[in-house]
Amino acid sequence: MSTKVWPLWEVFIRSKQGLSHKHVGSLHAPDAEMAVSNARDLYTRRSEGVSIWVVESSQVFANDPADSDPLFEPSQTKIYRHPTFYEVPEGIEHM
Amino acid sequence: MKEINMSELEQQFQAKIAKDIKIEPKDWMPEAYRKTLIRQISQHAHSEIIGMLPEGNWITRAPNLRRKAVLLAKVQDEAGHGQYLYSAMETLGESRDKSMADLISGKAKYSSIFNYPTLSWADIGAVGWLVDGAAIMNQVALCRTSYGPYARAMVRICKEESFHQRQGFEIMCTLMKGSKVQREMAQDAVNRFWWPALMMFGPSDADSTHSQQSLDWKVKRHTNDELRQSFINATVPQAELIGLTIPDKDLKWNEAKGGYDFGPIDWEEFRQVISGNGPCNAERISARKNAEDNGQWVREAANAFAEKRSAKKAS
Repeated sequence: MSTKVWPLWEVFIRSKQGLSHKHVGSLHAPDAEMAVSNARDLYTRRSEGVSIWVVESSQVFANDPADSDPLFEPSQTKIYRHPTFYEVPEGIEHM
Repeated sequence: MKEINMSELEQQFQAKIAKDIKIEPKDWMPEAYRKTLIRQISQHAHSEIIGMLPEGNWITRAPNLRRKAVLLAKVQDEAGHGQYLYSAMETLGESRDKSMADLISGKAKYSSIFNYPTLSWADIGAVGWLVDGAAIMNQVALCRTSYGPYARAMVRICKEESFHQRQGFEIMCTLMKGSKVQREMAQDAVNRFWWPALMMFGPSDADSTHSQQSLDWKVKRHTNDELRQSFINATVPQAELIGLTIPDKDLKWNEAKGGYDFGPIDWEEFRQVISGNGPCNAERISARKNAEDNGQWVREAANAFAEKRSAKKAS
């Protein structure tokens, strides 16, 4: 009698050549190969993908959401990093 | 890190809800919000899984190969939808195995509609048209629910389900263009599924215990009665167009409210079915338990295969 809990895998799909893989969800499987075949059945029933990545969920390291402010807030004030910050005289093209 | 007290966290949470910012798995959330979502998402997942059974009943008896391929694809979708939803539930810290055990033990609930039998082929039409129609009405609204993983699962499910309702209506259209016996079969299916389909939206607002809090948290975006009314308004003209009669003598267009008035729902029947006394409750749970028990060797074999493969790689 096996009561082993299968690990959770995060699934990433490339929808077509030229685009990045995108996270679509998660599933359980005993190993990476079977995770890929389960992902094929679960997430590509309507030609949603041409390539599948799986990553064991426990291997994903994420920032603490409580630290979001110190991490991401500083870039909000640096509007000079965007082209719209700069004034361009009337009549200038291709810039 | 600065000390954040509970009420401050709660305020931040409420502020996000107010601004329609989605709540994500690692974000702080009130325990009751988490519990409500686990209950709702697991019930939703169980409904997809149990929902395969009434239709699976007709796969081997579909009238032709086209219908059979379509029904297989639909039932396979329901399995997939159950999986998306269990995944969303797991992001809240609930275990899938425990949830599945609760379903088999009868502790967990699922949609009452799946405790009705599918007696004829027309029932497969009625299920797709009315039951999936009602489910879509509910699920489209849930695409805007406040919990991110649940909302994303709903978007995917709604995209996939739009064919489910159409294939059901197509079956009804075909039968209504057929012989007298076929038309009667279609009408009989509507007679049996109409009221249970209306009950799928849950108790009327006045008697719904979880509604107000769920609306405040934007877990639910419309009340049970609002969704039920939208479903009736959308469905009655479809029935009329193909010559089916809705089995409700009180059904009448109300110009003033821009919707149909309809007769009283038998809530006693709903209570009986939800508490285990429907026509098929025992059969559904036992089928689910059999699937779990008979699938045990497959799961064991998969484990053995994974171990063998990993040993081979190591050597």
